[in-house]
Order: sequence, then C-alpha cells, then structure tokens
Amino acid sequence: MRSFVPSRSSLLMAPALAWLTALMVVPCALVLALAFFRRGIYGGIEYSFTLENFGLVLDPLYASIFLNSARIAGAATLIAVVIGYAAAYAIAAAPRRWQPVFLFFSVLPFWSNYLIRTYAWIVLLNREGLITQLLRWFGYTGEPPSMLYTEGAVIAGLVYNYLPFVILACYAPLSRLNPELAEASRDLGASAMTTFRRVILPLTVPGIAAGAVFVFVLSIGNFVTPALLGGGRFQMIGNLVYDQFLTANDWPFGAALAMALIAIMLLVLTAQALAADRAAGRVAEAKGGADD
Amino acid sequence: MTSSPARIFGLRTTLVLVFAFLYIPIAVVVALSFNQGGLPTVWSGFSLKWYASLAGNAAILSAALNTLIVALVSTAIATLLGTLLAIGVEMRRQYGSGLEALIFAPMIIPDIVLAVALLSFFSMLDFTLGLHTIILAHVVFNLAFVCSVVRARLKSFDWSIVEASADLGASAVTTFRRVTLPVILPAVVAGALLAFTLSVDEFIIAFFTAGAGRASTTLPMQIYSMIRFGITPEINALSTMVMAVSITALTLSQRLNRGVIGQ
Repeated sequence: MRSFVPSRSSLLMAPALAWLTALMVVPCALVLALAFFRRGIYGGIEYSFTLENFGLVLDPLYASIFLNSARIAGAATLIAVVIGYAAAYAIAAAPRRWQPVFLFFSVLPFWSNYLIRTYAWIVLLNREGLITQLLRWFGYTGEPPSMLYTEGAVIAGLVYNYLPFVILACYAPLSRLNPELAEASRDLGASAMTTFRRVILPLTVPGIAAGAVFVFVLSIGNFVTPALLGGGRFQMIGNLVYDQFLTANDWPFGAALAMALIAIMLLVLTAQALAADRAAGRVAEAKGGADD
Repeated sequence: MTSSPARIFGLRTTLVLVFAFLYIPIAVVVALSFNQGGLPTVWSGFSLKWYASLAGNAAILSAALNTLIVALVSTAIATLLGTLLAIGVEMRRQYGSGLEALIFAPMIIPDIVLAVALLSFFSMLDFTLGLHTIILAHVVFNLAFVCSVVRARLKSFDWSIVEASADLGASAVTTFRRVTLPVILPAVVAGALLAFTLSVDEFIIAFFTAGAGRASTTLPMQIYSMIRFGITPEINALSTMVMAVSITALTLSQRLNRGVIGQ
C-alpha cells in the first residue's frame, strides 16, 4: 500500500500542477525574460538582450514613483495595522461564543467586490457626498472640502479594503495568548501599559507582521484605488505597469516593473519570516520562563 | 483578565467604531440604490426604478451573462482540480516547500503581475483573447483557494479508513465515493462557493485577458467603466445586487464549512 500511495497522489495532483505550471509559472517566467529584451521601434518586442529596462526602473523619474508608492502603501499599512490590531484585540476579549460572529462580519466585506468598496468611498468623499452633507447639517456653510482625488483618499481606500485581513491576522495570535502571562506580569507589578508593551505586543508580532506584509504588498501594486480615488493624479507602481502594457506599449519596461514588484514582495516576505522567527524565539522563552 | 467597566467600555467602543467604518460606506451605496430621485444628496422616497432600469440595459445584461459563464466554468474546473490536488497533497504527507510555494503562489502574487504575465503569454502564443482566456486565468487562483479549503478539512482526516476500505475490497473509485467524498463534501462545496464569488468579483486579471471589444466584457469591467464616468443611481443598484450575490454565496460557504472565510 505505502509504495503505491506516492504514484497515486502524483496522479491526483498532476492536472492542477500542470495548470499552474502552464498558466502561472511559464507566463511569469516569460515576463521575467521579456524584461531583458528591447522595445521595438513600433512598440513590438525586439529580441536582443539588454539591461536597459532595469536601469530605467532606477531612473530618478521612476524611482520617485517607487518611493511615492512605498510612502502611500506604508501609510496605509501603518493605519490599517493600528486599527486592525485594536479591532482584533477587542474581538479576542469578547465572550468566546461571539468571537466567530465578530470575526465573520469583519472579514465579510473583504470578500465582496473590490471595485464596489472603492466606489463607496467616491460616494462618501465627493464634493456633494455624505461627508459634505454631514458637515452642512452641523452648520458648515463654506466651500465643500475637496477630499476626493487626494493622497488621503487613496490611503483611506487602501485601509478600508485591506483592514479585514489585518484583523484576521492579528486575531490569531491574540486569541491564543495565554492570559496567565498577562496576569503574572501584573502580579509582578507591571502597569497595564507595560504589560501590553512588554508581554502582549511581542508575542503577537507574527500576526502584525503577516497583516502588514499583506496590506503593503497589495497596496504598492494597486492600480484601481489610485485611479479611482486619486483621480489618476497619484501614480503608483501598479499604474505604471498598467500604462506600459495598455497605453505606452512598452512591454519590456512593463515587465521589468512587474519583476521589481515581485522583488519588493519577496523582500517584504523575507522580512516577515525573520520577524516571525524572532517572535517564535520569544514565545519559546516566555514558555520556558513560565515553566520555572 | 481584569474587566474594569472602563476597559469593557473601551473594547465595545472599538468594536462599534470598526464595524461602523467597515459597513457605513457599503450601507450608503445600498440605501442610495433605493432612492427615487437618484440624487446622492437628497432622499426623495423609496423606489425600485433603478433596478428596473438595469433590467433594460443591454450592456449590463450581457456583462452579467459573461460573468456568470466565466464564474461557473472556472469554478467547475477549479473545484475538480483543486479537490484532487488537495487529496493528492494530503495523502502524500511528505512534500517539499517548492510544492507548497507553487500551490500558495496564486493567492499572494499581485493580480497585476499575473495579469500582465498572462497577457504576454497569450499574445506570444497568438491566442485570441476572450471569455475562454479569462476562464483559463481564473482557474489559476480559484483552484488554489479550493485546494486550501479542502486541505484544511483533510488535516483531521483519518487515512486508515481509506486503507480499511481498500482492504475490504472496495475499488479506488468506490472508496473515494463512499468514504473520502462524504467527509470532504462540505469543504468542496464551500470552496466552490468561494471560488464562484472570487471569479464574479475579479476585475484586474479579467480586464487584461479579455481582449478588446465588448463581447467579452464582464460585470466588474462594466462597473469599472461606469464608475470612471461618475456616480449614477444605476451603479448603486448594480453594486447592491453584486454584493448581495457575493454575501449570500459566502454566508452559505461559511455555514457549510466553519472558518472557510478566515483562511
């Protein structure tokens, strides 16, 4: 039986793995290869080797778009992590039987349509939108504030769209936290704030890191939110890739940008893995300490 | 933990504020879809007229039909392949991290990267773009999600009953139909519902792999082009209907298989 199992399991996995290879691995490898070719005179691809496209990625003009994207994605990540952690903390502190319900309803919007969730913010933020109406209702009579098509609108849209994942990622370690650790810390005279900072926070770093990576990676490669809520005024890497493929018709450069995006993603994932490893060390220490 | 009144108040306020933040924007769109006057600013009475006007919009109807075709076909293929993959992986138990990464990749790779990769791939092969290329592309991430839902269910599966069934003379197919499938069926259906929702809502990859022309426009593509022209009561009505479909499918999925959404 045992010797029979591997071949049967390979057979079961084969169709899916073939699909993933043909329609994910090969196309991605192709894009990587494309990044080393030249753009043809009429927008096609000229098959001669070059590193120009990667050089262009580092060109000050494009490097500034990268930095800008990183700043917007970083701000969205920071805000989403703060709100998401607080929400996850409140859910983990709720009565046990309510926790799955709260969790379900905090993640539900995440699985509904991304475009619609972004559109909802146009409805809220436009000059005659709900927020302006509310201000008027409170007696505001001046010019309607311009909130849409600003960097703040882009950040708000990103936070709104990716918050559920942070809640989910932070809830996992928070719900597994041993309450005795916090009690021990208080018994030893630590304030609530110190207990949080020195005991709870370090033990929940893996959740924060996972949530942060997710928001950052998805934000930096986004093109829908900057296009809709930024009114096209805030170029992010995603918009740049979009333009190279669909309007500028410079596929090799677009491919190099896509690869830069993947490189950033891998870098951030590695950082997360390191943070998780260090936190695992702390958890082991905390457990060892508790046993003494 | 100590539960002082101040602490409880703080925790409850946090929950209320977060849920308000998550649901008010959506609720506003839903409410406006029933607004008779159609203005986003003044409430002029309840009406279903914007839903009726959707029914008379040929572009929206054809986009809805396209979306349904893409979602149903890609879900069917992904459910079959994803379930087989999950069984194969869990049966084997010892697998390299390479395999794990390959199965996990479609869920974390940025949409725009997969979208441009597939566009390059299809155009290099001189593939005509259309609904079929969207389906090919959607199966990629759908099968990964189905696989992860089914694998979670199989984690607690006792493989010795499969061996027992084989020892008692059942064929592999009979064993699958009578032993394995009943155990994983809720997860398979939950995974399929999740895949269906993801496909109905997916915009970026569809946008890049649909090709030019209106014939293969899906609902999210239609919504995107409508949004770019501004707020209209029709978008509110359409958004409400699309969200109702997603939320129904996901709630069903969650009921069938606790925790599916949390993965």
